[in-house]
Amino acid sequence: MTALDNVKEGVEKETVDAVKAVSTYKYGWETDIDMEYAPKGLTADIVRLISDKNGEPEWMTEWRLKAYERWLEKKEPNWAMVDYPQIDFQEQYYYARPKSMETKPKSLDEVDPKLLETYEKLGIPLKEQMILAGVEGAEQSAPADGQGEATSDRRVAVDAVFDSVSVGTTFQKELKEAGVIFCSISEAIREHPELVRKYLGSVVPQSDNFYATLNSAVFSDGSFVYVPPGVRCPMELSTYFRINAENTGQFERTLIIADKGSYVSYLEGCTAPQRDQAQLHAAVVEIIAEEDAEVKYSTVQNWFPGDEDGKGGIYNFVTKRADCRGDRSKVMWTQVETGSSVTWKYPSCILRGDDSQGEFYSIAITNNWQQADTGTKMIHLGKNTKSRIVSKGISAGQAQNTYRGLVSMHPKAKNSRNYTQCDSLLIGDKCGAHTVPYIEVKNNSSRCEHEATTSKVDDDQLFYCRQRGMDEEEAVALVVNGFCREVLQALPMEFAMEAQQLVAISLEGSVG
Amino acid sequence: MALPQPKIDALEARIAGLTLPEGGWSEAARKDALSRLTAMGLPHARDEYWKFTRPAKLVEAEVTPATVLDEDEMPIFDAFDRLKIVFVDGVFDAEASDDLSLEGVSIDRLAESQDIHWAKDIYGVLETRGQDPVERSLAALNTAFATDGLLIHVHGKPSKPISVIYRHESETSDAVLHHVVKVDAGAEATILENGPAAARFNNVMEVEIADTGKLHHVRAQGRDHERRAATHVFARLGKESVFKTFTLTVNGVLTRNECVLEFTGDDAVGHVAGACLGDGDFHHDDTVFITHDAVNCESRQVFKKVLRNGAVGVFQGKILVKPDAQQTDGYQISQSLLLDDDSQFLAKPELEIYADDVACSHGSTSGAIDEDSLFYLRARGVPRGMAEDLMTIAFIAEAVLEVEDEALQEEINARVEAWLARRRD
Repeated sequence: MTALDNVKEGVEKETVDAVKAVSTYKYGWETDIDMEYAPKGLTADIVRLISDKNGEPEWMTEWRLKAYERWLEKKEPNWAMVDYPQIDFQEQYYYARPKSMETKPKSLDEVDPKLLETYEKLGIPLKEQMILAGVEGAEQSAPADGQGEATSDRRVAVDAVFDSVSVGTTFQKELKEAGVIFCSISEAIREHPELVRKYLGSVVPQSDNFYATLNSAVFSDGSFVYVPPGVRCPMELSTYFRINAENTGQFERTLIIADKGSYVSYLEGCTAPQRDQAQLHAAVVEIIAEEDAEVKYSTVQNWFPGDEDGKGGIYNFVTKRADCRGDRSKVMWTQVETGSSVTWKYPSCILRGDDSQGEFYSIAITNNWQQADTGTKMIHLGKNTKSRIVSKGISAGQAQNTYRGLVSMHPKAKNSRNYTQCDSLLIGDKCGAHTVPYIEVKNNSSRCEHEATTSKVDDDQLFYCRQRGMDEEEAVALVVNGFCREVLQALPMEFAMEAQQLVAISLEGSVG
Repeated sequence: MALPQPKIDALEARIAGLTLPEGGWSEAARKDALSRLTAMGLPHARDEYWKFTRPAKLVEAEVTPATVLDEDEMPIFDAFDRLKIVFVDGVFDAEASDDLSLEGVSIDRLAESQDIHWAKDIYGVLETRGQDPVERSLAALNTAFATDGLLIHVHGKPSKPISVIYRHESETSDAVLHHVVKVDAGAEATILENGPAAARFNNVMEVEIADTGKLHHVRAQGRDHERRAATHVFARLGKESVFKTFTLTVNGVLTRNECVLEFTGDDAVGHVAGACLGDGDFHHDDTVFITHDAVNCESRQVFKKVLRNGAVGVFQGKILVKPDAQQTDGYQISQSLLLDDDSQFLAKPELEIYADDVACSHGSTSGAIDEDSLFYLRARGVPRGMAEDLMTIAFIAEAVLEVEDEALQEEINARVEAWLARRRD
């Protein structure tokens, strides 16, 4: 029974319904659309088929097959503090695309209206004059046609990925004028093979780990970004991932290259329908930052987390890594993890260039039966490198939340700095919060600081809020938002609003 | 799961030269320990729990010889009024030891086997509990093959500390000692341990403290450069009991000190602290596992490491708070001072928490001596060397303060200063 079943007198029905609507997973519906599947299971033929469907050149097919062979020899990792039934990798579909996408639409006008509707319903309009939903106040400032100077800093280019294929990418023309390449990775393999060959797998090698290897073999789509030297990307770039088909894994691959002196901010969002059966998602994200380049990567991960009894949900096994190759380069990871039944994700930075910087801001919220094992790795190789880790874990219901991280200062990384703070908050006495940091310092001019705390929601703070008329859930949501503020502040505006609401929604029903 | 063949071979080679003592009250426990050991195998460099410390020299069949150091200073604790018990290369030395009788405590030896003994309820029992969730096979090996050790039953408040002295005289000695300490309700004692013990030393101490009992444990691991040691302390704490253990390590090519603490009674206090000073070929590992399984207990872990000339310091600490262990106060700090660029500090400070009304925190830092503070001291006329020493002593102080007895604190500080002075010349 949730707190909402007992409603005080005088509360209008509309209010109750409105609150109920946000207290459940909003994106659990399904799009009824004709799909085309590759046969179930994973074999070398399936890998060839995926490659063929994407119209890939021979070298790419070979690259995938090599990954597949290595995957066969790899063992599933079991060191994370997550527990889930054995996954049968032959019971999955590795490729699913809407039939209407058989011939790639030339422009967004040709895209199946059903697909466009799906994204509209998710608040991700694929029309260029529209603005990402959820940004209050942005509408007013936007002229009707959405062009013009006033809105240029509020616009977001979107690449929408539906199951295994990219549906379309907005603002391509304008980005092209600036020299920025933003398209699906399948398109990039065809159109920009020299860039893809040079960078693909250079940060996360084919056989990096079990799931990355699987991804290397079967990735179907994802986004590709190239920002040329000295260019500041004129708008935020965003990819929206939607899993729709049943028993289908999504394996996207994202490759972001920021050439010398460039800047790009990239957002990633994801949702999936509500189903009884767990679904697999194994993505790889590679970021390359050359000299003086800066990349900001923000994620709001809202895959279906499973129901109140822990049924269904997404298994989210993701490898994300950034290589700060050039001197003075900078990469910033920000993540809000509220979804997925199991999360296994460690966005990392290799600080190779001198004076390079890596930052990691994370909020991981687990409720009901969710399990999250997430954190980061900061590998300091260059001189004067800096890293900062702020991780906030919130655990409610029967959930388990683990921070796992590595800070490594190599002997040559003189004068480097790291600051790590990981705090955990427990709501309820059946959940768990864990911290597993690894710290390796191999020179003495570097300084490494690590702090972690675990506590429950402060009674005094709750009392203060309740005295001012808030109910308990509201009060908890407010305290939790305060607990997360350092991370929320690091998010771009588009996401900060959504994230703040998500923090409240994810914890709904966890009190009392 | 069956052990891989290389692990079976390594274990067989290691235990080939050892004999399982037969008869007496400990026989069953020793046989159980051997079967545990056979199931686990010895630690290997690829084991996650040995990620930062290579166990090869601790498990090899033949002991790597260790030169005996010519002590040029008075052994630590010598100035204290105490009950002396001496082991030379792991063998009890009756002549050098005092008479084992002291009011408030009864002391027996493991080697003097009887058929019935109170220690039967503890011997190997706490070690077995400590094997979950992480295997500690060197401790199981110890339980099975220990040649001697002390069985200390504290039933009152003895007037002086019990001091165990481990002398190292043979370059190839391989000592395996196992002590059992039982502290009754309301009883209180101090146990001191010092000395390098042997070329290779495997030491286990199992400690059971009844409600309201108190035990202070202070240890100094000896200055021999080439000795190797693997030690385990397993302690179980009853209601309102207090257990404080402190270890000072200066030199020693390889040391692994594990401490496994379990709170089973409410309102108990357990502190584990350590200071180590390493110069050159020195690898020191503190591995601590604290389990809170009772309400309102306090645990503290304070570890400080001063490292130079390529010395390596390791800290693996874990606080596990079980679902009903509410009002737990868990604190953990591990810090290293790297005096030069070749030294390393490797740490894994873990929290695993299943109760919500807790305050647990851990901190870990690593770096060089703060230049600003040095400048401050030098601006006031303190020479650089002395300023560095002052800063180092201040750095170590938080750990040393964990020792309750002030005279013992001073004794430890004097050793730290002597170590620094030797390196200053």
